[in-house]
Order: sequence, then structure tokens, then C-alpha cells
Amino acid sequence: MTMSAATQNAFAIGLFSTTPPPSSLTAWNGTALERRYSVYRNNIIASLTEALVSRFPAALNIVGPDFFRAMAQAFIRLHPPRSPLLLAYGDDFPDFVAGFEPARELAYLPDVMRLEVARGRAYHAEEAVPLEARTLADVEPHRLRTLIFKPHPSLSVISSPYPVATIWAMNSGGRPLAALDDWLGEDILVVRPRMTVEMSGLPPGGAAFFRHLAAGVNLAGAADAVQHAEARFDLSANLAILLRSGAFTAFSQGTSDENRHDA
Amino acid sequence: MIPSALPRRAGVGFKPEHFADILAEPQTIGFFEVHAENYMGAGGPPHAQLGKLREDYALSIHGVGLSIGSMQPLDRDHLARLKTLCDRYRPESFSEHLAWSSHDGVFLNDLLPLPYTRETLDRVIEHVDQVQATLGRQMLLENPATYLLFAESTIEETDFLAEIARRTGCGLLLDVNNVFVAATNHNLDPRDYIARFPLEAVREIHLGGHSETIDDHGACLLIDSHDTPVKDPVWALYETVIGRLGPVASLVEWDNDLPAWPMLRAEAEAAQHILDRAAQQRAA
Repeated sequence: MTMSAATQNAFAIGLFSTTPPPSSLTAWNGTALERRYSVYRNNIIASLTEALVSRFPAALNIVGPDFFRAMAQAFIRLHPPRSPLLLAYGDDFPDFVAGFEPARELAYLPDVMRLEVARGRAYHAEEAVPLEARTLADVEPHRLRTLIFKPHPSLSVISSPYPVATIWAMNSGGRPLAALDDWLGEDILVVRPRMTVEMSGLPPGGAAFFRHLAAGVNLAGAADAVQHAEARFDLSANLAILLRSGAFTAFSQGTSDENRHDA
Repeated sequence: MIPSALPRRAGVGFKPEHFADILAEPQTIGFFEVHAENYMGAGGPPHAQLGKLREDYALSIHGVGLSIGSMQPLDRDHLARLKTLCDRYRPESFSEHLAWSSHDGVFLNDLLPLPYTRETLDRVIEHVDQVQATLGRQMLLENPATYLLFAESTIEETDFLAEIARRTGCGLLLDVNNVFVAATNHNLDPRDYIARFPLEAVREIHLGGHSETIDDHGACLLIDSHDTPVKDPVWALYETVIGRLGPVASLVEWDNDLPAWPMLRAEAEAAQHILDRAAQQRAA
């Protein structure tokens, strides 16, 4: 390693430690450099913490700023960003929080954060024009079964044993904070059909149905697969959500009535 | 190579919080500047806003993550993303920092200082050449705000920047606030720094706020925090620079604790006033 490369290496390693500043550094007025070097240490942690704050506003609201910052800083030290693209930094923060001992009592928190990740991805996803309901009206009824849908680039389906969308809304100003009478799981479709990220609660079986469709399974294949596992599955209710949400941008005619995964 | 060519007027750093106010009426703003990394998603509101701004205003794209001052190779993926962004918006200018921010694949999200030696000079020149060749345009390189010095440095920062500009053909972005912050932190006279600076290569100026703390020995330590109005001694230094250089594109940066739009616009108007006066004096 050249001298300057070694200097940078020592500077970088010291940023995430509490050891004295590297010996290659100087100042005009003396040899104590702790505060000067700490400006860089603090900038890094503070700016990365802010990046996570901006991606997880509902989680911040749930646990409060002090707890969130402590949790974020523990994450940053173990998982610093690998790219200057901070708009994607923290995709794995919910997984970290799931194993973060001090947050263990908030079992729903990682799923609320996964919903925030999905919303963030949708926000930055490529533009695409959603399918218009009337274009489906031209399809001959007997051909509907083999239709294969193209998912909107912003589409995600989040499933949780907790009422995550309700909790998210209560912590995002969408509805007032209140005790929940029914602590039921929720499945949510997240999509940004135009400029606003939208969420739709899915009825029983809907999450699996939309995941099959997004993976390229044709309409009949997706419906059949779900009906086997979920007796309450209501195809027409889910089709209404499919058309209303903007979750798909186009469809094509599959060649057979078999399930397809290669579309 | 497309030259950097911002209008010689006052501009502001664009923040989405101000978008509605900016659109509400025509603004006498010379240009807007954005941080490149905030516009590297595939789509969504950030691009919709930037596209809309671009229709009416000149644009400067300012990178904060390329790590040009690193002894390690540039991140080719990131450079490719910058090219995509510049090709999409065709900004009047692209700029980056004399600093490093990535090391061993970890992004440190700060503008870290480097020693100034023959070795680092050659490396930075190599990187600037690579950026300009990839983007097909002249870039501007910004002087840093620093809190520490390196024992091994053998070249003055002003000479270091002058040599980079001479050998690569890049322009310089003179951050007057950074000059004031670094000079204070190193107990130097900022006017001496300006006197040594290769002003002929300057294509843009940055103005911003800083905050004050103390170092380990109780001396004043300024932090380049971009969270306040431009301070009086920085305005004074700016007037000196404009007096020598004539009108040049001048940006007011405000990144944290954002003010309402009218206050930021007033800061830009204050800079524009100084530019107008310099233009009148030159014409007289």
C-alpha cells in the first residue's frame, strides 16, 4: 500500500471505532485532535441516520426519535451502505430490527418497516401506465382464463400476521391513533400507478393471487391455485382490485390453460 | 467535451419542500442545483419535479458520492449512473468534490479530506480525466471544508486545485463558505487563500451557512453545516471574489433545517445584488 492509500485506510477504519485519531493527522494548535476527527465520525453516523429516518417515518413515530436513532446507529455500524445510492439504503433494516433485542416486544414493527420499504421502492420505481379496465372488456370471455398480466414496476404485496397497514396509517397521519379491537393480520397491495404511492387491503387469498399473477401465472392458474388453499377466495372481488389499483400495465394471451411461469 | 456553462447569476439548491412555491410564480432565479444521488431512482416524483424545473430553469447537477479523492478506483457503476443522469437532463454544469466518500466498498456519506502530495495529485487527475471522458463534458471540482490536516501534505490546496485544472481542463467550483470554514479551522487568513486561488478556472461559486463549535484546545472550529443563512464574513469574502472575478454563477446552499422558500429566495437575491453591482462597475 502506498503512503496515501495507507493514510486513507487508517482514516476510514478509525471512523467506525472509538480509538484515538490516526497519527497521520495534524492541526495548527496542538496534538489533541479528538474533536476535529469526531466531526467526520459524527457526520457519517448522523447523515446515515437521517437517511433511515426519511425512509422509515412511521417506525420513527412508533418507537420515538431516541429509540429509533439508537436502533439505526446499531444497524449502520453493522451494515454500512455499500453504494452511494442512499435511496435504497436500509432495505434490510427491517430484518435487522426483527432480531434487535430491545425492540422484541414490538413484534409488528419489522412488518410495518417492510411496508415502508415497499412504499419507498414504489416511490422511486420506473413510470408505467396502468391497464385500463375497458381494454379487458374487449377480450372474448372464453379467453379470459389464459390471460397473463404484466406487473407495474412499482408493485409489491406485503403479508403480515399483524394489522400493519392500519398501524402504518395511524403513524403517518392517515387515521387517528386508537386501540385496535381486532388485532388481525393484513395483506396489502402497494403500487404507484401515477405520482402517489397507493395501498389496497387485500381480501382472503388476494395476496397469493396477486403474487401468482405478478410471477406470470395466467388468470385461471392463479385463481385455481388460491382456491385450493383459501375457501373464502372471491375472484370477482380480487379482479375489481386488480383493475382499480393499477397493479398491472398490460396483458397478453397465454397459449394454453396451463399455469405459466415464463411470461 | 461540453463546457460547463451556467448563467452568471444567482441560483439556489433545489429542495422538494419548495417545489410548490417555486412553481406558483415565475422566479428570478438564475439556476437550480440538485444533488445527483437524489435523482438516481428509475422514476417517481423526484424525476417529475426535476423535469418540470428543467423546462424553465438552467440546471446544475452536483454529485456528492463519486469519491474522486480516493486512492482506490472510481465506482464504475456510479459513474455510469451519473452519465445516465447527465444525458437525461443535459445540465449546464456537473460538479463534484475534492474529497473521498467510499472506501473498500463502503459508502461513508461524508466528504472526507485527503493529503495533498504528488501521489494523490496524480490519482485525482486520473479520476477527473476518467469522469470527463465518460460524461463527455467538463466537470467542476469543489474545494473542501476541512477540519484536519495531514502531516504528509507537501502541496498547498490552492496549488493542488490549480494543477488539476491545468492538466485536466476541468473548471473549479469555489465554495466561499468552505474557504472561510477551512481557513478559520487552520488559523489562516481566508483572503490569502483567495489571493492564491486560480480564479481564472472558477465557473461557479457556492455560498452557505456554517455553525460554530470549539476544538480540543478551545479554539474556534467551524462546521460546514448548511443550516443557516450565509454569514456576514462569507458575504464579505464573496464580494471580494466577485470584485476580482466579475459576475459568475453563484449558488446558495441550504440543506438542513430548511427555511421557507421566501427566505431562501432572499438569500439568492442578496447574491444577485452583489453580482449586479459588479456588472455595473465593470460596465462603467
